[in-house]
Amino acid sequence: MLANWYDFRDLGNGVERLLEALRDGGASDGVIYVVAGALGAAAILALVGLTTLINIWIERRLIGRIQVRRGPNRVGPFGLLQPVADALKLIQKEALQPYNADGLVFSLAPIVIFVPAILAFAVLPWGEKMVLADLNVGVLYLLALGSTNTIIVFMAGYASNNKYALLGSMRVIAMLISYELPGVLALLGVTLFAGTMSLSGIVAFQDTHWTWLVFLQPLALLIFFIGSTAELNRTPADIAEAESEIVAGFHIEYSGMKFGLFYAVELVNAVAISAIVASLFLGGWWTFGLEQWVPGWLIFIGKAYAVYFVLIWFRGTLPRFRIDQLMAFAWKFLLPLAVVNVFMSATEVFIWREYELSAGVVLPIFAVVNVALAGALIAGWSRVMMQPFVRFPRRARLVSDIDVPLPGDAAREPAAV
Amino acid sequence: MPIKTEPFVMNIGPQHPSTHGVFRMRVTLDGERITDAEMVIGYLHRSMEKLAEERTWTQNIPFTDRMDYLAAMTGNLGYCIAVERLAGIEVPERAQYLRVMFAELQRIASHAMANGTFINDCGAWQTPLFYMFREREKILDLFEMACGARLTLNYMRIGGVAFDLPDEFMPRLQSLIDELPDRIAEYEGLSLENEILLMRSRDIGVLSPELAINASVSGPMLRGSGIAWDVRKADPYSIYDRFDFDIPVGYNGDCYDRFIVRMEEVRQSVRIVKQAMEGLPAGNHLADVPLNFRPPEGELYSRIESPKGELGFYLVSDGGPVPYRFHVRSPSLINLSALREMVIGQSVADAIVTLGSIDINVGEVDR
Repeated sequence: MLANWYDFRDLGNGVERLLEALRDGGASDGVIYVVAGALGAAAILALVGLTTLINIWIERRLIGRIQVRRGPNRVGPFGLLQPVADALKLIQKEALQPYNADGLVFSLAPIVIFVPAILAFAVLPWGEKMVLADLNVGVLYLLALGSTNTIIVFMAGYASNNKYALLGSMRVIAMLISYELPGVLALLGVTLFAGTMSLSGIVAFQDTHWTWLVFLQPLALLIFFIGSTAELNRTPADIAEAESEIVAGFHIEYSGMKFGLFYAVELVNAVAISAIVASLFLGGWWTFGLEQWVPGWLIFIGKAYAVYFVLIWFRGTLPRFRIDQLMAFAWKFLLPLAVVNVFMSATEVFIWREYELSAGVVLPIFAVVNVALAGALIAGWSRVMMQPFVRFPRRARLVSDIDVPLPGDAAREPAAV
Repeated sequence: MPIKTEPFVMNIGPQHPSTHGVFRMRVTLDGERITDAEMVIGYLHRSMEKLAEERTWTQNIPFTDRMDYLAAMTGNLGYCIAVERLAGIEVPERAQYLRVMFAELQRIASHAMANGTFINDCGAWQTPLFYMFREREKILDLFEMACGARLTLNYMRIGGVAFDLPDEFMPRLQSLIDELPDRIAEYEGLSLENEILLMRSRDIGVLSPELAINASVSGPMLRGSGIAWDVRKADPYSIYDRFDFDIPVGYNGDCYDRFIVRMEEVRQSVRIVKQAMEGLPAGNHLADVPLNFRPPEGELYSRIESPKGELGFYLVSDGGPVPYRFHVRSPSLINLSALREMVIGQSVADAIVTLGSIDINVGEVDR
């Protein structure tokens, strides 16, 4: 049954009607395909632009609140036009290029870095039928896009011909390679349970089995989320930018709108990761029947922003790891946990499928087991591997009188040996 | 074919967010590890010591504001005490108490700044700095009430303080002192429970007690290395011998120790301010000193405990209206001299944290 075109619960309805009209008008399949793709791409590009502007405001405002100040509140109502003012300022500024920079690569990097960020939005399920490209290898596609970032960041850092930028891009490569492994392994557990790599398939799995995957895969969520913060260059893993150490890392030499693009892409990536977490672990547009009453895409955006809030919270409150500590964290802490998680998921899925048990009975048991296991593993493994949980002295020793002899103070001079 | 490697020389500063001014560190890197470091100072040199020889004793007080501009009050105090000792001027009782009160408030403000920027250097996104600034702001408000300025105060005079307190001052101070212990506990809870901060500061930038003494460092840096030394106790100036307070001492001289020593010093300062408020007598706030007075011929070294360490003034008078020689032993400069030994072998990130924990003020380093 087709819904009315103005039914805003699924924004795909209007497009569907338009395409049907085209087909009835005698357009060939190729034309319809191109029109559908162009419409979807335009929608996503508009959404990315809009969310970036809004996110700048949200992020600055929230961080202002975290830092006991008000945040931008001068331009427009509640400072809402601050991002526009920022963008105008950046556009007016001269985009300088260092004399010794590799001109082509230097100019290309801020543009190219947008490509993977925007491509990631193509496979996200905004609603039951609102997917631009329902790839059957969606998860793999997202992971591949995440890796391409490395090259582009290195392009920017290397082409700048600046020592800070070079240090920053070296750090990025070391870090991203380390954090990709646990991230991939974490998502392997998810795909094992869902039995598909398509993102809408994974959401549909959560719908049919009346559960969010976070209950079945708590460890995977934790590992993937931490790994993503590292890939996003946000605190506590912003060692590639590290304002207090290497100033801005790979984009130190960029100014004007070239810098603005790097700044914007960081926010776009953050939203993309939040949306991926929301659809893989938090049920996407599906929320225990709530989607009957609220449009699915609104639920999805709400969940994505809830995750995004956690990212902002991280940024506002945590100091930064040192690079060796960050690598040790990935290899010694996240990777073993990810391997255990894959093993557990595979075992559970095997038991479930092999003995053809009822999902309604088995999944709650798995959920309880996995949540308990996650808690035990994190507590136990952190005791074994990480900095020992020794209580450092939290207060300095107090001395009421000095015991160092003063020159010329005979009474306090120690006896001659 | 053997891989050809060469050392990577990098400038940290003079324009860098973490050098707290225009300090420059030229480091030689092997990967991210520092194999050599060279400190370059002088970017903020304003020739104060020479300029002071052209101005009268009283006119020199504003220079002391602009040395350690984050602790102008103790700069004033150190200079005024030195001149008073040189000229043998008696300071009224009320002025003594006011001086101690303001010096300790200044210590709280300076340590709030030091610890806030320290966590900032560890990579937190300015949040601790803004938290610590809450109390600093209130203290600066109090300064503004007392003397009209917030940063470069020029409050103390030879023979006392410039102005008496306004009526509304004491209630405001009382409410600040009442809430400070809770605030300190809040900061300690927020920062010292953070595993990342502990990882970044424990066993980083260790300064051994021997090196600390040999490099002549002072203040929280010396106490962080476990040596109980405080000019307020060792060589009491003003009326510090009347107050009851303790000296916090660290354990092994790393950045974490310097952090907790500063935190504890704020507590002790609150204690001193409380006692000074209780004991504050009525009376004159400024001795009758002629504006253009001439101390007798002679020379003297006088020292006080500024928030950064031992702030000494070496003054030579030839009996004229201006100092013959005006030399400052600035704690920031001398504490900085131990930095090279502390950072070699560490990574760049640790070097920044170590520099942050020293709490230098380039205005005082270069003068």
